[in-house]
Amino acid sequence: MPVQLKVHVDPEKCQGHARCKALAPELFELDAYGNAHEAGDGRVPPGLEDKAYLARANCPEFAIEVTEE
Amino acid sequence: MSDEASPLPLHPPVTDWINDFDHTDPKWTENPFPIWNEMREASPVVHTDRFLGCYMPTTYEAVRAIANDTEHFSSRRVLVRDERPEIKNNAAPPITSDPPVHKPAKQLLLPPFTPAAVAKLEPRMRAICNELIDEFIDDGRCDAAARYTKHVPVRTIAHMLGIPEKDGDLFIKWIHAILELGIRNESALLQAVDEMTEYFSAEIERRKTDPSDDLISYLMNAKLPTGAPLEDSHVIGSLRLLLIAGIDTTWSAIGASLWHLATTPEDRRRLAAEPSLMPTAIEELLRAYSPVTMAREVMKETVVSGCPVKPGNMVLLSFPTANRDPVVFPDADRVILDRKENRHAAFGLGIHRCVGSNLARMEMTVAIEEWLKRIPEFRLDPKGEVTWSQGTVRGPRQLPLLF
Repeated sequence: MPVQLKVHVDPEKCQGHARCKALAPELFELDAYGNAHEAGDGRVPPGLEDKAYLARANCPEFAIEVTEE
Repeated sequence: MSDEASPLPLHPPVTDWINDFDHTDPKWTENPFPIWNEMREASPVVHTDRFLGCYMPTTYEAVRAIANDTEHFSSRRVLVRDERPEIKNNAAPPITSDPPVHKPAKQLLLPPFTPAAVAKLEPRMRAICNELIDEFIDDGRCDAAARYTKHVPVRTIAHMLGIPEKDGDLFIKWIHAILELGIRNESALLQAVDEMTEYFSAEIERRKTDPSDDLISYLMNAKLPTGAPLEDSHVIGSLRLLLIAGIDTTWSAIGASLWHLATTPEDRRRLAAEPSLMPTAIEELLRAYSPVTMAREVMKETVVSGCPVKPGNMVLLSFPTANRDPVVFPDADRVILDRKENRHAAFGLGIHRCVGSNLARMEMTVAIEEWLKRIPEFRLDPKGEVTWSQGTVRGPRQLPLLF
């Protein structure tokens, strides 16, 4: 069984750089101010694992967590 | 602009970058990268007695620590200058604000600058770029800084504000006085600020009787969390900020990108041949040639990366230097168009993240894409001279190209 990943944006750290939305639009959404949160419950659909890690590695505020369920 | 003869007192040339740095020195203006590396190898935080005392963090870690520490470091002064003029209320919120005033002032500005909001401007931006290129493409040469990179943000912001595009020349004059002359000349700065205030007061008055669907009207209709509308002085301060922060910076970023592509044929050809590289290429050009250096004022004694920092000093908060730190960016002095992991700080870190970052990225992407479509082959004109702006925002102010 492949592991199930979850992404989470820490709203205290996010400053709205929107890098995650640009790199992994399936996994993140932006609010009216441009700040990010995970799409749905944060579960990463199969095949998008690399995008989750890419978004984490490009967040200037270190606001994105990727965890294994 | 930086090549104009200056009537202002010149600073003595720097001979010791570790203990006596000066970001207005001609050597820094011309090629700051080896200087930053020398400073970073010496210490994560260096100090100069110039500018009435100023620190500079040289590592990504130290820059990030200061940007995130609003308790010890205030944004009430955001330029490092020879003088420390009195602080005025509503100087340019939210960039000059600290918590708790900062957040509501910033939230007011954010909605018109989300990725979705700026995407609506893209068609007009592409048209602006092509109109500009039409004016010089048949000449086979141009000063790209004067005829292209400068006008992209000026016309875009004029379009957003609902102001005639021809007034862009005024914007450019004010910004030069504030960001470049103003470092050493308080009266030039104040005169420009006065002229901007007068100009925008008239625009606000006009919209009181004749509202329009533009950014000025948006700000006039915006409400504070208390439900109160913004005072005119707050609207003007915000507009002043959008101009100061939105034009010189983007002009510089587009110009530095074209300079890189003009001087690095393998990158130019690769980007022209593989447009799908554009997203990572834009981030990498932003990292390598970040135009914007900010400032903080030390309010309380503290320690940054092991270095004591004392009140009474300013801090030159150089995001460009952080972005050249090899601890965070392997091969930091090399531009790698497909760099995958790029946590760069070109738009700042922490609560003062650039409000216009999504707009700037769009302007850069569109300006470079349209240029490469029309002018895929170009190089520096060996008979011309490239000059770079001095001070807080770095980019080419003359960029003679042949194509």
